[in-house]
Amino acid sequence: MRVGVVVFPGSNCDHDAWFAVSRNLGHTAGFIWHDSDRLGGVDAVILPGGFSYGDYLRCGAIARFSPVMQAVRKFADDGGQVLGICNGFQVLVESHILPGALLRNAGLKFICREVRLRVETAASPFTHAAEKGRILRLPIAHGEGCYYADNRTLDELEAADRVAFRYLDNPNGSARDIAGILNQGRNVLGMMPHPERAADPLMGSTDGLVILQSMVSAYAVR
Amino acid sequence: MKARVYVSLKPTVLDPQGQTIRSALAGLGHAAIAEVRQGKFFDLTLQPGTAREKASAEIERIAHDILSNPVIEDYQVEFLD
Repeated sequence: MRVGVVVFPGSNCDHDAWFAVSRNLGHTAGFIWHDSDRLGGVDAVILPGGFSYGDYLRCGAIARFSPVMQAVRKFADDGGQVLGICNGFQVLVESHILPGALLRNAGLKFICREVRLRVETAASPFTHAAEKGRILRLPIAHGEGCYYADNRTLDELEAADRVAFRYLDNPNGSARDIAGILNQGRNVLGMMPHPERAADPLMGSTDGLVILQSMVSAYAVR
Repeated sequence: MKARVYVSLKPTVLDPQGQTIRSALAGLGHAAIAEVRQGKFFDLTLQPGTAREKASAEIERIAHDILSNPVIEDYQVEFLD
């Protein structure tokens, strides 16, 4: 499988994602610069964590207008797997590829620590190798991770089984403890926690691997 | 000609920064302040000779599509001169 990792000015988890895919998983990963308007025939796209364009205006707001995001939108519309992690999640909501918004953490602090998540659905290319109810230990590192959407949108997400993960101990005030959501086609996942930072035994948890492995096996049987 | 675009969180969206400022004000003895909501503004300077009517529609679009996120924020446009 060939995974393209998008690099915006200010991305800083791009190499972590590259390492997790290529070294921990043994697949091919490459970087895609933000001003490229094509993805180069990759099989999946990762929008990595960081501070794209310095988080100016709003987190992810400027990245939305970059040439690469037009290509990512088309790739997603065609059913391609897109995983947005942390700032990548913020870019996806600013692009309206996923609903809602990410606000300042309720406690205002930047939080960098491990959290526990519950897998809420196994019916997605990102979670099918896990089972519903499995607990994952993954790190978070964000100041703007408080998921917000109006009640109608939240009800719709729940009714359509589009909440992928919930926090066991909500660290940032996210609505209904939501840590990650899927798009309607279930081929786009946005999540605040970092699976790529929990993909090597050295990092203290390898619970993030199940998400990347799910992507690989879902791609193989597509 | 200048235009100012005010952007603030919708009343239904929690503003933890505003709450923190309010509690700091309460700590300083400003008992009269019941609530603080925080926002930001952008000053846009227009090219000389731009027609106000034409600029108005364009600024409205910019405020809605770029400067604010309509999911969580409201905006208001004001011409300064």
